[in-house]
Amino acid sequence: MKRFIGFVRKEFYHIFRDKRSMFILFGMPIAQIMLFGFAITNEINNVKIAVLDKSKDTETQKIIQKISNSTYFDIEQELSSESQIEAVFKRGKVKAVLVFENDFIKQLQTEKNAKVQVITDATDPNIANTISNYVTAMLQNYMQDKNKINNQKHQIETQTQLFYNPELKSVFTFVPGVMTVILMLVSAMMTSISITREKEMGTMEVLLVSPIKPIQVIIGKVFPYIFLSIINAAVILLLGYFVFKMPIEGSLFLLAVESVLFIICALSLGILISTLSNSQQTAMMISLFGLMLPVILLSGFIFPISSMPLPLQIISNIIPAKWFIIIIKAIMLKGAGFSIIWKETLILVGMTLLFISVSIKKYKIRLE
Amino acid sequence: MNFDIAIVIAIEMNIKVQNISKSYNKIKAVDAVTFEVNSGELFGLIGPDGAGKTTIFRILTTLLMPDEGNATVAEYDVVADYKAIRSSVGYMPGKFSLYQDLTVEENLEFFATIFGTTLAENYALIADIYIQLEPFKDRRAGALSGGMKQKLALCCALIHAPKVLFLDEPTTGVDPVSRKEFWQMLKRLQLKGITILVSTPYMDEASLCDRIALIQKGKILKIDAPQVITANYEKLIYDIQSKNTHGLIHDLKNYSSHYSVYAFGEFIHYIDKNVDFKPEDLQQYLEEKNHSDIIIKKAETTIEDVFMDL
Amino acid sequence: MVFETLQVSIIIMNKEKIIQVEKLTKTFGNFTAVKGITFDVYKGEIFGFLGANGAGKTTAMKMLIGISNPTSGKAIVAGLDVATQSDLVKMNIGYMSQKFSLYDDLTVNENITFFGGIYGLSRKQIKEKSIQLVEELEMQNVANNLVGALPLGWKQKLSFSVALLHEPKIVFLDEPTGGVDPITRRQFWEMIYTQAHKGTTIFVTTHYMDEAEYCDRVSIMVDGVIEALDTPKNLKQQFKVNSMNDVFLKLARNIE
Repeated sequence: MKRFIGFVRKEFYHIFRDKRSMFILFGMPIAQIMLFGFAITNEINNVKIAVLDKSKDTETQKIIQKISNSTYFDIEQELSSESQIEAVFKRGKVKAVLVFENDFIKQLQTEKNAKVQVITDATDPNIANTISNYVTAMLQNYMQDKNKINNQKHQIETQTQLFYNPELKSVFTFVPGVMTVILMLVSAMMTSISITREKEMGTMEVLLVSPIKPIQVIIGKVFPYIFLSIINAAVILLLGYFVFKMPIEGSLFLLAVESVLFIICALSLGILISTLSNSQQTAMMISLFGLMLPVILLSGFIFPISSMPLPLQIISNIIPAKWFIIIIKAIMLKGAGFSIIWKETLILVGMTLLFISVSIKKYKIRLE
Repeated sequence: MNFDIAIVIAIEMNIKVQNISKSYNKIKAVDAVTFEVNSGELFGLIGPDGAGKTTIFRILTTLLMPDEGNATVAEYDVVADYKAIRSSVGYMPGKFSLYQDLTVEENLEFFATIFGTTLAENYALIADIYIQLEPFKDRRAGALSGGMKQKLALCCALIHAPKVLFLDEPTTGVDPVSRKEFWQMLKRLQLKGITILVSTPYMDEASLCDRIALIQKGKILKIDAPQVITANYEKLIYDIQSKNTHGLIHDLKNYSSHYSVYAFGEFIHYIDKNVDFKPEDLQQYLEEKNHSDIIIKKAETTIEDVFMDL
Repeated sequence: MVFETLQVSIIIMNKEKIIQVEKLTKTFGNFTAVKGITFDVYKGEIFGFLGANGAGKTTAMKMLIGISNPTSGKAIVAGLDVATQSDLVKMNIGYMSQKFSLYDDLTVNENITFFGGIYGLSRKQIKEKSIQLVEELEMQNVANNLVGALPLGWKQKLSFSVALLHEPKIVFLDEPTGGVDPITRRQFWEMIYTQAHKGTTIFVTTHYMDEAEYCDRVSIMVDGVIEALDTPKNLKQQFKVNSMNDVFLKLARNIE
């Protein structure tokens, strides 16, 4: 035990004396969360739209009023005929046109089904998509409010995504995402680098020719990063909660346990990487391209998995980050308990066990 | 009254290497090497880079497994009993393996704890080396000079009072002053009963060992006490000097009966093919070649002379 | 005695100075690695630059080859100021170090072509040079082998030749023979001699004291200062010892 404590102390010296590790450990989480939270966002603001209101009744006026009152849209122009639509788009200022059908209010009252057409300028498909989502959300919102007041039961289709994130705050998807990326980066990359550094410096040779057991070396290497990763996770959650008003609906304890599970999973991946590489550079490359990119691109953090081509959807299943994002989103946004996320948790546990057993099998007690 | 009864189990602290071979990608790094280091001996593996010295060290410290042959350290087998060897020997690898970002003291303390001991416990053993390091004990190892790193690495390898010490090229890249001091330290450690296996590419260090093995291209060329090796060398070596060293080498190489011509510091070591070689003849030849201030005298044989003739 | 010294200095006066170093200083933070060293190196000379580890040798050498800026003082190498014309300095010198010299994953010929290209040799020149060089080193059989597979001694000889590809006036050799076997080490020095005879100035560091004897003049650095500079013969006389090793031990003892 004394050996182990001595080893861990040494690891902390390494970490605290290396400016780069300190930055990756503590600067990066804050920088990333701020960056994603404020700068890189797919929220829209003051998008200019045009309206073609064929009905011009009280209902359409209310809707238009609501839309123009929001900070998302500015109504730039009122059109009088469909022939104007293309000309408006060609000028480029207006990104979307709302078309209310004839007798809108009548349709709504009699058929309980009125049509609004949202025509978007899809030269930028992402923005077009977001705009149409926003408009749809606002219309549905409007309908909900109206139904409540009138105490009428209308069949309204709601999308779960909008339900749990009614304001469509992108921060709510970014906080879990950034947390996943940071935990992966810190845990996997930092451990793999710190183990390979010993190989590179030749100190691994001395450690091997000593009474300390390989398992003690591994745990000693990993231990400080479990600790630091937990601090990191806490910092990110606090930032999310206080700065971005991210709700934590579910149990904080469950969230913590799941986070520790993911950290251990990432650490075991880091050990696995270190058994495969002999230099810090290789370890870094494998971590960056083998872990970071898939985590960012395929975990559902930025691009929704459901809109990926099928092969990528299948591949995304082997990425631990995907399951962790599902878990923490469920806990934080839906307030889900263990009974809902047990399947994902089990997958993570399985993956962790697999990585640990492979890396123990691969860990070399000799130099070759 | 208390009696401390110490039961001493006599374990031979020797090293036995039998027919060890090791290849990397079909290239034989070590080729059927056999030698023995006696308990308490200071034994040197002398040879240039790429001779296979490091591979032999790694096999003996259980870091590599031999392809063929077997070896024991303190009567433990290097393959089967690797754990026993690992916890009992001291090993200092080629590139002074220290933690550059830890201070001198932290390095020592770290190695002490992983060997389950403390700096205080074995202080006596390293005291005379550590005294030189003490003024820098708060300096990071990375900021030490080569000579100081070497001393620190030695202290780290000694911290658990090993009975067998493996030092792989401890003096490479270190200046002559530090090298000299280092060998004095090794002699003192030997007096404390430690068996030492040391490797070096510097031939002049051979004479400081009890016995040496000359090694090149994975093969051992000769094993014996350095004095015996030089004494057994039969050929006569002459020190030759003139004002124009470069021209002298050239002209000696053109002398019909020359056997070998090698620069050796301020002199050139010359060996003639003929048993009845007369220095006067050579003197005359060199004078004809316009050399001035010619000196021709018998030289002392060095290990390097022997090595080059193997 | 006085007479002799006078004579020596007169001979030296007639030689062309190829390196002029004046009060060259390098400071890192509050640590002065090189403390105002002054010396000259003459054309065609083999100049041994010795010193204990940490004496400031490497720092001084880095300034002379234009990869480190002096804190103060001046150094003129091949007529160029290392502080202001470092790019030109690099084009006019050859450099070979023990640590990095050639690419292990390129063949002998590829290395020659690459370094020839770096120093701006034409294609034709490179072709001629590679044939000539491979022949001189008797490496015809391994010309298309990877450098990494060559024995260390061969590598060092090759990298010396590569450092000479662009026919520089000065070559800087940083511990060129470390770990090399004794025979190759001597062959290497014969190459150095031959090159010096052609008028190339050789600036060399080494830890082998017998090699110090092969130099025309030797400087010994202690603690950032040049403590001694003379021919090996004069140095031995001055310190009343028999070998350069003893000169070194006398000078560099009790450092740090």
